[in-house]
Amino acid sequence: MCLAIPARIVAMSGEGMAQVEVGGIVKEVSLALVDDEVTIGDYVIVHVGFALSRLDPEEAEETLQLFAEAGALPAAGGPEPLQ
Amino acid sequence: MTVRYIDEFRDRKLAETLSRAIHAEADSGRSYRLMEFCGGHTHAIFRYGILDLLPANVTMVHGPGCPVCVLPIGRLDQAIQLARDHGVMLCTYGDLLRVPGVERATLLKARAGGADVRMVYSSLDALALARAHPDRQVVFFAIGFETTTPATAVALLQAKAERFRNFTVHCNHVLTPAAISGLLASAREAETRGEPGLAVDGFVGPAHVSAVIGSRPFERFAAEHATPVVIAGFEPLDVMQAILMLVRQLNDGRAEVENEYTRVVCRDGNRKAQALMDQVFQLRPSFDWRGLGALPASALGIRDDFADFDAEKRFTLSAPDVADSKACACASILRGVKKPTDCRIFATACTPDTPIGACMVSSEGACAAYYTYGRYRDAAPVAG
Amino acid sequence: MDLGRKAFPRALDLKSGRIELGHGAGGRTMTQLIEELFESRFANPFLAQRHDAASFPVTDGRMVVSTDGFVISPLFFPGGDIGSLAVHGTVNDVAMAGARPLYLTCGMILEEGFPLADLARICASMADAAAAAGVCIVAGDTKVVERGKGDGVFITTTGIGIVPDGVAIAADRARPGDAVLLSGTLGDHGVAVLSRREGLSFATDLVSDSAPLHTLVADMVAAVPDIHVLRDATRGGFAAVLNEIARESGVGITVREDAIPVAAAVRGACELLGLDPLYVANEGKLVAFCPASDAERLLAVMQAHPLGRESAIVGTCTDDPHRFVQMQTSFGGNRIIDWIAGEQLPRIC
Ligand code: SF4
Repeated sequence: MCLAIPARIVAMSGEGMAQVEVGGIVKEVSLALVDDEVTIGDYVIVHVGFALSRLDPEEAEETLQLFAEAGALPAAGGPEPLQ
Repeated sequence: MTVRYIDEFRDRKLAETLSRAIHAEADSGRSYRLMEFCGGHTHAIFRYGILDLLPANVTMVHGPGCPVCVLPIGRLDQAIQLARDHGVMLCTYGDLLRVPGVERATLLKARAGGADVRMVYSSLDALALARAHPDRQVVFFAIGFETTTPATAVALLQAKAERFRNFTVHCNHVLTPAAISGLLASAREAETRGEPGLAVDGFVGPAHVSAVIGSRPFERFAAEHATPVVIAGFEPLDVMQAILMLVRQLNDGRAEVENEYTRVVCRDGNRKAQALMDQVFQLRPSFDWRGLGALPASALGIRDDFADFDAEKRFTLSAPDVADSKACACASILRGVKKPTDCRIFATACTPDTPIGACMVSSEGACAAYYTYGRYRDAAPVAG
Repeated sequence: MDLGRKAFPRALDLKSGRIELGHGAGGRTMTQLIEELFESRFANPFLAQRHDAASFPVTDGRMVVSTDGFVISPLFFPGGDIGSLAVHGTVNDVAMAGARPLYLTCGMILEEGFPLADLARICASMADAAAAAGVCIVAGDTKVVERGKGDGVFITTTGIGIVPDGVAIAADRARPGDAVLLSGTLGDHGVAVLSRREGLSFATDLVSDSAPLHTLVADMVAAVPDIHVLRDATRGGFAAVLNEIARESGVGITVREDAIPVAAAVRGACELLGLDPLYVANEGKLVAFCPASDAERLLAVMQAHPLGRESAIVGTCTDDPHRFVQMQTSFGGNRIIDWIAGEQLPRIC
């Protein structure tokens, strides 16, 4: 459900529209659903021709960090004993 | 070349790390039955082979989260009526074109029969078609959960501002939290009948629906049903991390709403999109869901201020009441008490080319995903 | 061409003229269209015979013949048009038998009102493609349908070629253990065409991979005469080829996602529109099955050819009574690759 992917804003085309780029293709999308602060260089989540929200790069890094650390936490004792 | 914020979330090394962690933390003395509500998660699970990376006691139940699957045949038939009998230019998303309705009619077949059916990528493309063809009535057949609804709202607001006379919307937008509640209600009903209720210990919550409505609406639900929810992105690592977080909650005896998809989802969601939806749409008292039946307050209709743009008011449409097939086990599959292969007609009478129940309709339905990607698990050992 | 014949009262208006019903009616208007537009571009000794049927000498070896109809929207797309496509498509079908393509015939169905300038462009591109592929267009036919009953131009081409002795390439010859080779990136054609389709358009530098593959095939057959199967991955994409061969040969196939080349723009477009590159059409890519012991040698000649630079060994055939086609995903799991029902449509879900 709800196919939406991150794309980078590469140009503002006026009238609430912007050009976004993903993997070398460029598509025009509407900015009507995001606040006015989004700007060139931002990543937005694109769904049916609309930017749905901004992607937060710091949060993305933190999430990737969590993935990397996931293995480290319980490694000490293997599976937890039954409580 | 890598695609930013996509490829990093499909990394094999990290997948192995997460897989090891899930194996290590999942308690071999119990089972973890987790439902992913969204078709997007179902798709990722099968597309990337996530099941191969999970321990045997962590199983996934595929939920009803695809708006195409749950669209009642009677509503789809109205799209076909509009195109075939009312001579309108019917615009809709590609997902819907091949879905069979009454007597196997589809929008593609209607087009072959001379109807003007257009596939659009966006609601604004439908509006542009109305602008380009002032002599034609253009109807946008709108489907989708909260993710897609704001796009329809924007098109309606623009149509009103520009005083379009030839643009209307046939609105089929439905609400995610209502579907989850409906599922739980049907589980309780089944229990009172003495049948198995809900075989789900935790939920992987919607990604992009939550981008719009936020994580807050799931809080009440997690508390009331004492079931953990982890909102997760649609990339495979997101799904695995969410599974790990659910395993941890269940191990700890917690039932909280956690957010794995923090790069996109916040607690309040997209307020601007919510306000736009509110301007244009109102709750319908009840709406039919294929596979789940009538659910109260589970769908949106167009407000009276926008009545001129409501195709259901502009055109006289019949509403054929097509009951779900008796043989179809969708209702039990969606509750996790049956598997697609438990259905008598799975892969025989019911296939993606000839879907009989909701779960087979779109490629993200539980039965269709199982048919397309999963059959080999039961048929043959995996090579390599 | 016979320059002594009386010219037509006025030359075809290739700037703003349009196809009329008379252009298919068999009279002088049609003759003029054929002479000024087709024959002048496709000129060769066979066409110059001016018979309804072309005759040509027959040589040793087996002959193969293949026919294909071409309909495409838009008619002109980045990297080609319906004309070059109609040549490449049939040349490739002939080549996939291991044959050297020699002759083409061409049937055109034109829609009343179609601009002559566009037709001239299409013919020129057909002529160029045929010349580059070293094949002659030896016979043709033109019909005109009323406005609204066609989509501009439909082209049907038939190709004839010769297979050298000792080559036995067929869809049912894949064996368990065979290596699966792919001649380059997937999906370039389909995505290039989609990028110009009404209502979807997006900007990309990507061009169609439409190309004649017979010289690549010739190199491959020379190096490894025992190639079991060759297929060009057109409609239905790579996935369709794998499933066809699995069924015809009665084998299973396992491919490795990591090994399958996909251009960045194709990935981007597929992410955006919810498509899978495995199912997107190609017009210049082939899939080869050969004994594992020959795979490296075959790969080397493929990579040495300009149309096979990005070739890769992407999988192997397995002994599987279910004839499943599977993929080991880059992510570390397994998935099945099934046929798809009809054309892939962009999706929102
Ligand atoms: S296989 Fe078809 S009929 Fe059976 S449960 Fe699934 S969708 Fe329903």
